Amino acid sequence: MTDITNTPTSEYDAQLGDYFALLKPRVMSLVVFTAFVGLLAAPVSVNPIVGFCAILFIAIGGGASGALNMWWDADIDAVMRRTRGRPIPSGRVQPGEALTLGVALSGLSVMMLGLATNLLAAGMLLFTILFYAVFYTMWLKRLTPQNIVIGGAAGAFPPVIGWVAATGSFSVEAWLMFALIFMWTPPHFWALALFMRSDYDDAKVPMLTVTHGRPATRLHILIYTVLLAALAIGTAFTAIGGIFYFAVALVLNAAFLLGAWRIWNRDEVMAEADDYAEERKFFRLSLAYLFLHFGAILGEAALRAFGLGGWA
Amino acid sequence: MSFRPEHELHKRRRGRNIGVGLMLAAFVVLIMALTYVKITQTDFELPANQREVTQ
Repeated sequence: MTDITNTPTSEYDAQLGDYFALLKPRVMSLVVFTAFVGLLAAPVSVNPIVGFCAILFIAIGGGASGALNMWWDADIDAVMRRTRGRPIPSGRVQPGEALTLGVALSGLSVMMLGLATNLLAAGMLLFTILFYAVFYTMWLKRLTPQNIVIGGAAGAFPPVIGWVAATGSFSVEAWLMFALIFMWTPPHFWALALFMRSDYDDAKVPMLTVTHGRPATRLHILIYTVLLAALAIGTAFTAIGGIFYFAVALVLNAAFLLGAWRIWNRDEVMAEADDYAEERKFFRLSLAYLFLHFGAILGEAALRAFGLGGWA
Repeated sequence: MSFRPEHELHKRRRGRNIGVGLMLAAFVVLIMALTYVKITQTDFELPANQREVTQ
């Protein structure tokens, strides 16, 4: 058995920062931002305190599912270089603590979101937590190479929850924001898997790179990017889009398509020669891509508040 | 009865305990603010069994 503890647990008391790290703060920042955009893009006004509570409890719910994910995945986190410093594999937090924190924060966030906004939003948050922690983490992640596609769905729910928290109902625009994140996730993670190869191999996680090979992964990145570009640009012609969003989407998708095309046109010899420079560049661009698309949706909402925005 | 001397554990966990205390205090303030917003909203209605008592 591999010794996965770097720090003697009997001598070390977990600090608040260790528990906070269980909530996957970087993922949480994406949850906060996209839920915020979903809330503000909705065609209703929300009291700032209610809006703040909605975002806070959506973020806590997202963090809770992250803690549950870390509790379940502690064994593979200990193997992968990218994740072995996480609180459980490094011995700073006990698995049982992560489970308790995850379950407690899940209950708290769902209940409080229901009280602050509406039951439909609370139900959506509960569904998202269960989807990520049970359906993705416990079941499909280790079973299918489409794990990233399924996991992406869980990460795509926050703007929908933000929208539902504001309006109390679903709409096409909310699901377009969902689709944007859903289609963005696979190329984002597959690019990462291309240059973090040994991690997923070692952990025996059936990533597409492992099960179908790297040329197939490159092709998948291109296909998803083409579909994503059509979706992202098409969103410009809906109620949450407009001229400003259209201009941003055109530039970003042209750059993203070019990156995907270049990745598809490379083989392993070329990639290893420059230490996966194109793949790393595409991965970095993907972070800006999502942030700027949602920033543009937010920009359109802000313009509409001044009687501008849209296609008028 | 005399106070027991502070255990070393209390010192080690001071930062953590203060942090949890501050978070709980912030949570109480947030609930108060949320409650105020909810009961001052125009569409707020008391539960049916409470209406006669207050009117």
